[in-house]
Amino acid sequence: MKTNKIFISGDEAVAQGVKLSRPHVVAAYPITPQTITVERLSEMVEAGEMDAEYMHVESEHSAISATMGASAVGARTFTASSSQGLLYMAEGLHYCSGGRWPVVMMNANRSVALPWSIYGDQRDSLSLLDSGWIQVYVEDAQEALDMIIQAYKIAEHKDVLTPMMVNLDGFILTHTYELVEIPDQEMVDQFLPPFETPNKMSFENPKNLGFSSRPDDNTEFKYQQNEAMFNAIDVIRKTDEDFTEMFGRKYHGMVEEYMCEDADVVLVALGSVCGTVRVVVDKLRAEGKKVGLLKIRYMRPFPVEEVKDLAKRVKAMGVIDKDISFGYEGTVYTNVNSAISQIDKYVYKSNFVGGLGGRDITKAEIEDMYNKLYAGLENKSEETVEFFSLNVEGND
Amino acid sequence: MTKVLDIPKVNAKNMTEKEFFYGHKACAGCGGSIAVRLALKVLGERTYSALPAGCMSAVGFIYPQMAFNSNAIITTFPGSASMAAGIAAGAKALGQKDFKTVVFAGDGGTADIGFQALSGMIDRNDDVLYICYDNEAYMNTGIQKSGLTPYGTKTTTTPAGKNIPGTITHKKNLFEIIAAHDIAYAATASIGYPQDFINKVNKAKHVKGATFIHVYASCPTGWGTPTETSVEIAKDAVDAGLIFLAEYEDGEYKLNRNPKEFKSVEEYLKKQGRFKHMSDADIQCVIENRDKKWERMRKNWL
Ligand SMILES: Cc1ncc(C[n+]2csc(CCOP(=O)(O)OP(=O)(O)O)c2C)c(N)n1
Ligand code: SF4
Ligand SMILES: [Mg+2]
Repeated sequence: MKTNKIFISGDEAVAQGVKLSRPHVVAAYPITPQTITVERLSEMVEAGEMDAEYMHVESEHSAISATMGASAVGARTFTASSSQGLLYMAEGLHYCSGGRWPVVMMNANRSVALPWSIYGDQRDSLSLLDSGWIQVYVEDAQEALDMIIQAYKIAEHKDVLTPMMVNLDGFILTHTYELVEIPDQEMVDQFLPPFETPNKMSFENPKNLGFSSRPDDNTEFKYQQNEAMFNAIDVIRKTDEDFTEMFGRKYHGMVEEYMCEDADVVLVALGSVCGTVRVVVDKLRAEGKKVGLLKIRYMRPFPVEEVKDLAKRVKAMGVIDKDISFGYEGTVYTNVNSAISQIDKYVYKSNFVGGLGGRDITKAEIEDMYNKLYAGLENKSEETVEFFSLNVEGND
Repeated sequence: MTKVLDIPKVNAKNMTEKEFFYGHKACAGCGGSIAVRLALKVLGERTYSALPAGCMSAVGFIYPQMAFNSNAIITTFPGSASMAAGIAAGAKALGQKDFKTVVFAGDGGTADIGFQALSGMIDRNDDVLYICYDNEAYMNTGIQKSGLTPYGTKTTTTPAGKNIPGTITHKKNLFEIIAAHDIAYAATASIGYPQDFINKVNKAKHVKGATFIHVYASCPTGWGTPTETSVEIAKDAVDAGLIFLAEYEDGEYKLNRNPKEFKSVEEYLKKQGRFKHMSDADIQCVIENRDKKWERMRKNWL
């Protein structure tokens, strides 16, 4: 296979993935750290490399509204946002999934004000977990590009018809440069055929969409939406396999296990921090410790089976959350914990909350998490939730 | 731009018998539904309609009973202009030709919450006709004050009492705000003058790019008027000079009706429950505001 590698940032990799997917309409509003993506897309449209309508919308609310409108006539659409912008779209996110419009969005994970911070954490997208979007979190720029292409295939599948958000960590992924393989356009065209949907307005078959429902019907619509999300699980797995067959790169579907085969103690994480965890796992393995990493790729639909399967095989699980649901615990932890509780076995669990507003999560901190998991296991402790490496006193 | 003379005329005689907005659940005498019905007859089959939350979407799309015979969609309340713009862009990108995208939004959906999106739509000159049916309050949520509720009106959020005489602000100057975008075509209309409204929709239909029509549309439920007087009241408002019929085209304002004498404002107001409480001083305030506006329009637009 001929290769075509270029040195680009995560944002640029997303733009390349979008171009290869041939959307008809792009509507987006700038926000750091997403801006490079929309700048590159504008340049591609200007240069005639991309045959899309680029809409200079005046807000994120309009970005999502415009993409829904275009999708409602059967066009393939793209939008991108982050943080405050994503929250400004919140009404539209629910609207879009309820309307079953397979809009694809890139979200550059960024902290949410107040205090203002342009730097990364995952509180923006995780706070919208219930908006009905498929959410995938990527680890590097290559995965970002590849997942944009896969996202269209998954979202537009007739059994799914659900919008999809590709999340990449602000700055850590959006602004760092990597060698990224750019897939061949012809192969992408073969992998991703044009969007076809019965769920559209047309002059041949006029439709009224976006309607109201009565209490008699509403639950059934929501049931179908939920079923579609479950349908996505198989579609995600199959799409990833097809992708591997065609392009050679493998992402393992819903989750990726790293060194989990014989592991006793594992950390669970999303996104770019997985790269650092892998390094720590290698180090501890060299020291003879049976540690592993579970990289959760999809937060919705949630990989319940995969988490349960791993929980049956290990003794302790720690979850890193670059997010906090105030008054409770990290949202990733809540989800993982709910899956673990479905198996009949004691697993020591701990939630490590940190890396907020752009703070690095270091190898030393991750090693410390593994040590704490070993200690907790030995003492048969209750689960713990902690903000790690806190500069102020905690209240426990 | 297409010259007016080239556009085939549409009137009550040659208008299609087809109904595109039919079987909906609007109140008897609903002016908004008259505006939607007439406009869709002029625009014809190849139309995408986008309606934000508001009375016309609430009465038109209750699953499984759909009242639009052509393509139509409910949009988010703030997002009608942008969703319509997306429809137009998507359809264009798919190679569709000879169609129109139209918004039917209420006064609140236009002058308040949807205004940002509307301004963006006009700025981009998206190929959308935006029609605001103005019933002068948030009717769908139970008659609350909007930016287009006129002075004196009693609404459920501007109750008239001893201390405050109802609404104490005048209507936003929507038409001129829209025109200030230097839009290709904008007009005001009233369902009390249906042929004038039809002509304006017909004109806008033939303009490529963003166009806007502000149509006065009575609401017997929210105004406290008998259902059979909806058209008459909407005509009275124009004849009393409280609503004006005008166009903005090629950078010029045009006043379509310039009555020598206005009909009585007081009579117009006293016919409606929402104004019944108004004192002579408040009525005088409405008249003064009207006269100031007409002086300016006559000076600049004639
Ligand atoms: C974001 C949002 N805020 C508030 C509402 C509630 N809401 C629905 S319709 C409406 C009033 C609509 O008023 P107007 O636009 O004048 O249309 P009318 O009902 O008078 O026809 C309101 C406040 C909503 N649907 N969405
Ligand atoms: S409340 Fe007014 S605007 Fe709403 S349907 Fe009834 S008459 Fe029409
Ligand atoms: Mg209204």
